[in-house]
Amino acid sequence: MSEPRFITIDGNEAAAYIAHRTNEVIAIYPITPASPMGELCDTWSAQGRQNIYGTVPEVIEMQSEAGAAGAVHGALQAGALSCTFTASQGLLLMIPTMFKIAGELTPTVFHIAARTVATHALSIFGDQSDVMAVRSTGWVMLAANSVQEAHDCALIAQSATLESRVPFLHFFDGFRTSHEVNKIEQLSDDVIGAMIDQDLIKAHRDRAMDPDRPVLRGSAQNPDVFFQAREASNPFYLAVPGIVQRTMDRFAEVTGRAYRLFEYVGAADADRVLVIMGSGAGAAEEAVNSLRGRGEKVGLLKVRLYRPFDTAAFVAALPATTRRIAVLDRTKEPGAIGEPLYQDVVTALYEKWHVANADATTIPQVIGGRYGLSSKEFTPAMAASALAELSSDEPLRHFTVGIRDDVTHLSLAWDPDFSTERDDVTRAVFYGLGSDGTVGASKNSVKIIGENTSMYAQGYFVYDSKKAGSVTVSHVRFSPRLISSSYLIESANFVACHQFNFLERMDILQVAGQGAVFLLNSPYGPDEVWDKLPREVQEAIVEKQLRFYVVDGFRVAAEAGMSNRINTVMQTCFFALANLLPRDEAIAAIKNAIKKTYGPRGEAVLSRNFAAVDGALAALHEVHVPRSATSELHRRPPLAVTNQSDFVERVTAALLAGRGDLLPVSALPVDGTFPTATARLEKRSIAHEIPIWDADICIQCGLCALVCPHAAIRMKPFTKQDLNGAPDSFVHRPWTGKDLSDYLMTIQVAPDDCTGCGVCVDVCPAKSKEVARHKAINMLPKDDHLERERVNWDYFSAIPEIDRSLLEHDTVKSTQMLQPLFEFSGACAGCGETPYLKLMSQLFGDRAIIGNATGCSSIYGGNLPTTPWATNAEGRGPTWNNSLFEDNAEFGLGLRLAVDAKRDYAEYLVKQLSDVVGDTLVHELCEAPQTNEREIAAQRQRVEMLRHQLATCESPLARALAPIAEAFVRRSVWSIGGDGWAYDIGFGGLDHVLTTGRDVNILVLDTGVYSNTGGQASKSTPRGAVAKFASGGKQARRKDLGMLAVSYGNVYVAQVAIGANPAQTIRAFVEAESYPGPSLILAYSHCVAHGINMTTSFTHQKDAVQSGFWPVYRYDPREAHSDGHPFHLDSHAPRKTFREFAMEEARFAMLARSSPAEAERLFELAQKDIDDQWHYYEQMAGVVREISG
Amino acid sequence: MSVDLSTTYLGLKLRNPLVASAGPLTGNLDMLRQLDDNGIAAVVLPSLFEEQIEHDELQLDRLFEFQADSFAESLSYFPDTADFGKGSREYVELVEDAKRRVSVPVIASLNGQSPGGWTRYARMLQDAGADALELNVYFVPTDCGMDCTEVERRYVDLVAEVRKSVSIPLAVKIGSQFSSIPNIAYRLMSAGADGLVLFNRFLEPDIDLESLQFTPDLVLSQRHEVRLPLRWIAILRDQLRCSLAATSGIHDMSNVIRVLLAGADVAMMTTGLLKRGPAVVAQIVDELAAWLAEHDYASVEQLKGSMSRANCPNPSMLERANYMKALATYTSEYWAT
Repeated sequence: MSEPRFITIDGNEAAAYIAHRTNEVIAIYPITPASPMGELCDTWSAQGRQNIYGTVPEVIEMQSEAGAAGAVHGALQAGALSCTFTASQGLLLMIPTMFKIAGELTPTVFHIAARTVATHALSIFGDQSDVMAVRSTGWVMLAANSVQEAHDCALIAQSATLESRVPFLHFFDGFRTSHEVNKIEQLSDDVIGAMIDQDLIKAHRDRAMDPDRPVLRGSAQNPDVFFQAREASNPFYLAVPGIVQRTMDRFAEVTGRAYRLFEYVGAADADRVLVIMGSGAGAAEEAVNSLRGRGEKVGLLKVRLYRPFDTAAFVAALPATTRRIAVLDRTKEPGAIGEPLYQDVVTALYEKWHVANADATTIPQVIGGRYGLSSKEFTPAMAASALAELSSDEPLRHFTVGIRDDVTHLSLAWDPDFSTERDDVTRAVFYGLGSDGTVGASKNSVKIIGENTSMYAQGYFVYDSKKAGSVTVSHVRFSPRLISSSYLIESANFVACHQFNFLERMDILQVAGQGAVFLLNSPYGPDEVWDKLPREVQEAIVEKQLRFYVVDGFRVAAEAGMSNRINTVMQTCFFALANLLPRDEAIAAIKNAIKKTYGPRGEAVLSRNFAAVDGALAALHEVHVPRSATSELHRRPPLAVTNQSDFVERVTAALLAGRGDLLPVSALPVDGTFPTATARLEKRSIAHEIPIWDADICIQCGLCALVCPHAAIRMKPFTKQDLNGAPDSFVHRPWTGKDLSDYLMTIQVAPDDCTGCGVCVDVCPAKSKEVARHKAINMLPKDDHLERERVNWDYFSAIPEIDRSLLEHDTVKSTQMLQPLFEFSGACAGCGETPYLKLMSQLFGDRAIIGNATGCSSIYGGNLPTTPWATNAEGRGPTWNNSLFEDNAEFGLGLRLAVDAKRDYAEYLVKQLSDVVGDTLVHELCEAPQTNEREIAAQRQRVEMLRHQLATCESPLARALAPIAEAFVRRSVWSIGGDGWAYDIGFGGLDHVLTTGRDVNILVLDTGVYSNTGGQASKSTPRGAVAKFASGGKQARRKDLGMLAVSYGNVYVAQVAIGANPAQTIRAFVEAESYPGPSLILAYSHCVAHGINMTTSFTHQKDAVQSGFWPVYRYDPREAHSDGHPFHLDSHAPRKTFREFAMEEARFAMLARSSPAEAERLFELAQKDIDDQWHYYEQMAGVVREISG
Repeated sequence: MSVDLSTTYLGLKLRNPLVASAGPLTGNLDMLRQLDDNGIAAVVLPSLFEEQIEHDELQLDRLFEFQADSFAESLSYFPDTADFGKGSREYVELVEDAKRRVSVPVIASLNGQSPGGWTRYARMLQDAGADALELNVYFVPTDCGMDCTEVERRYVDLVAEVRKSVSIPLAVKIGSQFSSIPNIAYRLMSAGADGLVLFNRFLEPDIDLESLQFTPDLVLSQRHEVRLPLRWIAILRDQLRCSLAATSGIHDMSNVIRVLLAGADVAMMTTGLLKRGPAVVAQIVDELAAWLAEHDYASVEQLKGSMSRANCPNPSMLERANYMKALATYTSEYWAT
């Protein structure tokens, strides 16, 4: 075999590499954290990379994980080698097909980055609740505990499935393994070839469906034989453990790395043993080794082959001296006797302990515990606490570890000082922003050490829940030994803070160990920085005797032309201080890594990065640390607003402070219910520039407020009385409309909530007559205006909102005076989706019920710690829930059905109570129109009267009616999601809901990609666009979902683009909501995945419309009567070519650069698509329809 | 009697004096082939703009990095697959392909930005097989503190630097906005230029009255614009030892003859080609041969410079006073009617 080659990659790449080398058909669908496996395979195939058989694997994206499983099933049945990748809900969607694949004894491997299954909440993070949910499918389950094992076990699984014919689920922990970067030995083609038996592949092909050798498979069977046939496969399952072990042994022969089905490490005479499966084994092994060093007789059994569970091998792997066992499960099965691994261990001991230990009088005592749900940290200290529990007189039979359970008191305490970190391991923690490149630099550092030295390197990266201004924490270890520390660094000997302002809001130095190096990116030099530090930071530096260095990274980066990308500056300083390599070698290695990473992007990019490296060291200075803290500055409290609810003060504040791990069980809601209107508490203050209003130029159009993705610039009319007590700095002008005479108005920025995207300024049409570039709002440095605008914003916020019924809400201006009930989300700066949600919330938010498909909008809408969905002064606002990705239309329909059911019941009750309530009020409650704000306000008053009357009535009917009296006020039901949901995975349900005739408003925030998972192609992706899963440019035409809906006749359909035609957008929203049947709005939403300048993104929407790429239209069934023309084509005929539009977006332009001929072909087809579509729409505009019912 | 149409430009022996100057047509391989087939003597490829390449590279890098590594579910937004950062390689491929496709000399054109960029790209184009290199130099001074000496020094230093880095013939294309064109022309030649291309026509931004923004615009040349190079080539011809190329307003045979008479070694065309297509080359070549034969010229070499300042019968017309003279002629004609 060839010499070992070491590479530094993450677990996803480790597994995907083998999958791509050993398969022919790969069906994929994006889901975190497994998406990168599909992306890599798509990329490799697009590049023409071959498998070991000499062909390029066909990689095909499907509409859902269920679709991917179905395609794999078909490919396998027709004799190809086929696989897929998934996680969590995706795996659950595959279950029916998995039963089939196993039932037909079909060899395949599904690679799983194991992730939490959504219950009370969605979580993208890792545990084994998904793989445990498919135990009954009949698949082999093989667990990999590390990046190297994900690589090795992928091949072992592929090899063993061919021999056993039983399909394999190869899984590893999501994020902890899938996203951990580690140095591993890459399997060569020689090794892969040696492990794949060509005869077994031939046998697989021989079994395939082939008209030359026809068979019937997938029959329907009756009670007479089904049972026996089901038992007929038993020998295959019985053979699996032996096959897997033999495969592992063969693997050991060719690689030197030996694996066992159950691998025991620890004392040969251990009396206490931990049993665990997955990445937690790394932490557990460290704990066991540490405890053995203290003389404790402990051991660890790592489970690799979980299904079929070989009871004999399990028992044989345990020392005969074992007396007590703690089984750790990374999942929860409410109501079960214990979690699955625990139950298997108990059963295995019961069945086989005496067989293996004939002299034993008792079998070992077993306790079971849950740990690590949703990537909760699992440390050696926690593993040690489980072992300690085994020493107690009466150990808890069932426990948890890693949390504090003050409700059912199941949790074990652990010793925070128990550490297994070795002195010769460099442990570095880097705090940065997503936008400053810290993670990329950290990954590069891991690669530099991993691939240029004999040392081992590991990187793990933690991200917060925001898309704009997100904080990243990189945990990096360098060691002379293999690194299996599967937990975050708790005591670092190097801490870097890449953003100075973190110091005032985060406890950066908590992770610093005694005597650590602290590197700070500081605009202040070594002589002045000390006085700029919060006192808490000074105290930590003094107490921990840190060596303190500063570098003005932004200055060095700016001088190198790198803007705010300080990554290479900070990386160079890290290497200079960490002494991992001689300085010159380190710099050469950094430049080499830069060349590898950025080389393909061109000389200009490289030279700037090199300049940043060269400039870094001269700007690095050590700071003389005084003997004691002197600062009067203090770290900011986590909540920007005080006097909140007890829950917010206790729980939300803790989450915001990064102390969520410390919250006990009792602090959390039992059913996932949280208060809304909490984003306003954060005040992240992430903008460098904010818009400042020049009132003298403003024409009060409201466009700035309309397009602001974060509701951070607002327009409000008010009376002169409202100005009493206004600060001197508060600017206002008379309201220019005739509708509100004597009113004043202000445009006000929320300075701490603005992201600085600049779209408000870009769309502002009002320019100074003297200085053409000066507009009615202008981006200016925040620091120069912050204090003043904070005061103004506070005053502005306190001014009462205008009576909604004073104006019709049919223009930009009249809608923008309404309070947004969606504000300050964590969406990307310049987001194209959120203005639609904000508009919806302004128009209907106080009576809106929202079902939100999983995706970007569910993340910026509902990812803790806060939510942008807000309430008005009366406490009303959108109520929101996320069911799943695939079922959101159905979920919305269910919401509507419930609303209607409650209304029906309320009507029934109120009519029964007419003697009490009065006939007039009953009639009005049931019959009064609610087509505008005045009528809705009147209905609310009627409901108040009803409540008043019911309060004095003792009737059981009255008691039944009171809680649902609000049902008389018309509810606005919305199903919201992206195109991945509406066009692909949720299309079947969406299509069905459209046919029900029920009043559900479906809003599709159409970015043309799966934005939340990083830009994979959907059926809305336009032809010619480069996207993930469409690396060579999307081949097929965008699906015309709107026209599919129009074909039903009785569905209100609109296609809108708020930046191109805001008036049409507003009209469509109002019409859709007022239509008493199903409505579908396709809302053009630009996205970072388009590769555009986000600042000019809204004006760029005009190009999309003017080119005919995105024609705007409305189809209103109410006009499909009496020779009516229900289809309104609101666009003008295309005035630009597709190419003109496309070349302004990197998603198209990059194809033109990389494959000019292919781009030419696809662009031509795309133009034909547009021409044909326009022709079709023009004809539609002339079509008379008569829709009945 | 057959007329010898050949000429020498930058030391390159050309079959006639018609050269396709840098423009949209010369960036298209099929069009290059057609130009060749129609008798063009040499082609100048569109300029490699270092600024454009850097802008594209940096823009692409920015788009790749925007929002990358920020959120756990979307650590990037584009497939890291295709060779998007082609930059100068795309241009190098054009040079290589052009050399393979056409039989006549291929002159690469370069507009650098940084001193290092000029020399780096010049070497790259030489290595790609370009027969000669045309430096498309311009600098728009916007600072009142910068005097003409400093501006001119930039030009001269730059040409000297590139000269040191490549061995292929070097032409320099300059604008006409110099206080002393003969002086800068001489200094450029002394710095190593094998030829001068007179003159560059620059992008002149317009104002959009609706958006109140400057918008880029480049209008095609008019026939009469030939008079600018005509004068300066006539003035320079006798004083310089390097090649001279005329560009601007050369739409037909008559202007080709005019610039040759003044002393140009080649006449460069863009607008004529854009408006009339590659076939116009064959037509002009035929007309040129016919005209020369009709007027008893044996060769282009014979024609070249026969109306230079030294050789023309009325050199004073080329000097400042010729404006007054022209005016006087015009008015006298006007009054005569």
